[in-house]
Amino acid sequence: MTTTTITTTTTTTTITKGKPSTFYETFERKAGKDKLTTHYCPGCGHGRVHKLVAEALEEMGLGDRTIFISPVGCSVFAYYYMNTGNVQAPHGRAPAVGTGLARARQDSIVISYQGDGDLAAIGTAEIVHAANRGENMTVFFINNAIYGMTGGQMAPTTMVGQKTLTSPYGRDAATEGYPMRMSELIATLEAPVYVERVSCTDVKNIHKCRKAIRKALQLQVERKGFSFVEILSTCPTNWKMNPQDSIKWIQEVMEPYYKPGVYKDKTAEAKPLPKSAPITDPDELRRILGLEKGKTEAKTRASIGERRIKIAGFGGQGALTAGAMLATAGMNEGLQVTWLPSYGPEMRGGTANCSVIISDKRIGSPLVMRPDVLIAMNRPSLDAFEQEVAPGGMIIVNSSMIDRKVSRSDIKAVYVPFTELAAGLGLKAAANTVAVGAFLAQEPLFDRERIFEVLRTSFKKKEAVETNIRAVDEGFNFGRT
Amino acid sequence: MKKELIKGNEAVVKAAILAGCTHYFGYPITPASEIAQAAAHFFPLIGGTFVQAESEVAAINMVYGAASAGRRTMTASSGPGLSLKQEGISYLAGAELPSVIVDVMRAGPGLGNIWPEQGDYNQMVKGGGHGNYKNIVLAPNSAQEMCDFTILAFELSDHYRCTAVVLTDGSIGQTMEPVEFPDHVKPAPAKDWAVRGDAETRKNLVSSIYMSTETLRALNERLQKKYAEIEAREQRWEDYRDDDAELVIVAYGVTSRVAENAIEELRRKGLKVGMLRPKTLFPFPKKRLQELAAGRVRRFLVAEMSNGQMIDDVKLAIEHKKPVDFYGTYGGKLPAVEEIVDAVETAYNRQS
Repeated sequence: MTTTTITTTTTTTTITKGKPSTFYETFERKAGKDKLTTHYCPGCGHGRVHKLVAEALEEMGLGDRTIFISPVGCSVFAYYYMNTGNVQAPHGRAPAVGTGLARARQDSIVISYQGDGDLAAIGTAEIVHAANRGENMTVFFINNAIYGMTGGQMAPTTMVGQKTLTSPYGRDAATEGYPMRMSELIATLEAPVYVERVSCTDVKNIHKCRKAIRKALQLQVERKGFSFVEILSTCPTNWKMNPQDSIKWIQEVMEPYYKPGVYKDKTAEAKPLPKSAPITDPDELRRILGLEKGKTEAKTRASIGERRIKIAGFGGQGALTAGAMLATAGMNEGLQVTWLPSYGPEMRGGTANCSVIISDKRIGSPLVMRPDVLIAMNRPSLDAFEQEVAPGGMIIVNSSMIDRKVSRSDIKAVYVPFTELAAGLGLKAAANTVAVGAFLAQEPLFDRERIFEVLRTSFKKKEAVETNIRAVDEGFNFGRT
Repeated sequence: MKKELIKGNEAVVKAAILAGCTHYFGYPITPASEIAQAAAHFFPLIGGTFVQAESEVAAINMVYGAASAGRRTMTASSGPGLSLKQEGISYLAGAELPSVIVDVMRAGPGLGNIWPEQGDYNQMVKGGGHGNYKNIVLAPNSAQEMCDFTILAFELSDHYRCTAVVLTDGSIGQTMEPVEFPDHVKPAPAKDWAVRGDAETRKNLVSSIYMSTETLRALNERLQKKYAEIEAREQRWEDYRDDDAELVIVAYGVTSRVAENAIEELRRKGLKVGMLRPKTLFPFPKKRLQELAAGRVRRFLVAEMSNGQMIDDVKLAIEHKKPVDFYGTYGGKLPAVEEIVDAVETAYNRQS
């Protein structure tokens, strides 16, 4: 490989002659006997752009660091040629695959090389959102206004009036819309740092293309985020033209619509993206996850059987929290416990409820359909669940909020004014802890101290702990009478 | 570790981090959203990555990217989301990339509703996307197993270089139970095939395209050999009071928990009923089912919250040697204990 330096009034560029080492000498991954010629047609723009990218990688010393993503389309076999790390992606998904790669290996140089069907049709969502997140990757977008690999069908970038296999009468804007200007679209987003459209036609434009490729890669080296270079490129085979006419077609038909130029350049103000390294120390991970060392010992104790409890109220009354308190205390007592909330839309503004099971043996279904104990914090809860209580069971009624009595005679009813007792302590929100106290008065599954322990770990403020402990006591004392 | 009262969905995230997962890509969907939420909380704290993707399709392809780069990575979703991810799962299989997917099943088809069902069985256990591939599918029935099977999923997925699915349902995902997280988790193996963007892995290629019929055939043969090895080595199940059983219920996930209650009731009535609970759905616990079918078991009853998807695997496993009855529910409602009791009693008393 030899190099020549060209200096113009504004830039200095090194031009590589011969194959750079980032481009394989022979194409061993290519099927068949011919390992020397590419699979591209004569006059195809891909070969030229591949060479420009490979040269840039070589000259910038990026060969070892690069992960080149081959898309679906004519460049699906880019991995035959690029002597870099290679990943082949599903159709249109290269920017999402690139996101995974760039996040996984922050020192790598990720190139998403995509055609117009891949990027502007099936992968529209992926390109827009990778750009919008400002992923540290470089996208080379080859716009040749047609689907090449599948044999010449209409692309989102096909010109109005252009005949293809699926627009045989010419693209009709009335029914097929207009050619999509992706550079302009991407440039409207805040995050991308550099967006340029170039035309890979004559010497002057190839020079501009080379410059744009380098600039985009350099920005990634500096971790400045997302850069996008659209390259207007020839497809003589599917345009049914010779290579010379193809170049003329770009100049006369494509360029007036897809105007080359820089659409966005935030090079000066862009700051490098932060890096992160995953923590691997197990003790540190456990600390972050809040896992406590030691064992929770199962205690030998008197059999308590199994209690299936339903706690229900309106959202904000703390029915779910009351259930979690009982379950946590039961766990710390060495018992088996489950807690299952009602979840989803029925929670919003309606009745919230949870199923709690506390048992001295392995628990079956966590859903309580026939509760032994119902704690009803409001009237709709009593109305909804009274009939479900198992015969011989019990309902603890929040008599502050429920203006009727339990109608069944085969169950026990206990009336405790949860809300008033809590309000008496100056903390109306503690109605649920009052309920827990009242429950323990009727069902002494474990000592109240177990609940106090839970309160001490759930509230940061000492005052809140004290008030809630008093609320448990209030409920307990009232519940016993 | 001390036990923690935690939702199955949240246990997944803590377990994944202990297993060395560093990259999470997901999209919110009820009843799986707590997984994404817990991941959004914890992954930045451990120096890892959480990305809320623009779609389920993008999320699975981000997993494809991070897995290509050799990271332990995962995503989670529910029914409709998994339907969308199938494209990516097929590519993961074709490229032999390890990855973990959690499916917290909801009721379908279509938008269905957000409550628990088991109608994703076929799409996760039988493949679901295009091509000749399978996922390892683990079926937890408690928060503890949500933790344990997530870790196991990472280990199996790396070992066999395939996708491992933790297939659960809305109620197991939403239930809080005591979980003891493990003191020690095996580190991930070295992945010399990965593309890390460094000199060492420059020659590597991750791809699912094989242009010659011979090489694609060879890939498929290698995949089938791998699945056969998984079938031979990784069948897992729980025997629940089935040693003297004349009728064996086959159920997984939350349905197996309801079945436990039903068995207690049936045993009280003097019926010899037990359960075989698959912990792996692929590989399906054929060996144990064949043993049971060859013994004193007169009939099987498959209970599922679906139209009967696992029942096919039971019939195939026992080669129709014993009658197999079915009890199924739809719509997002757990079966009542009495419903299973009634179905089993009817089957138990059947003469043919």
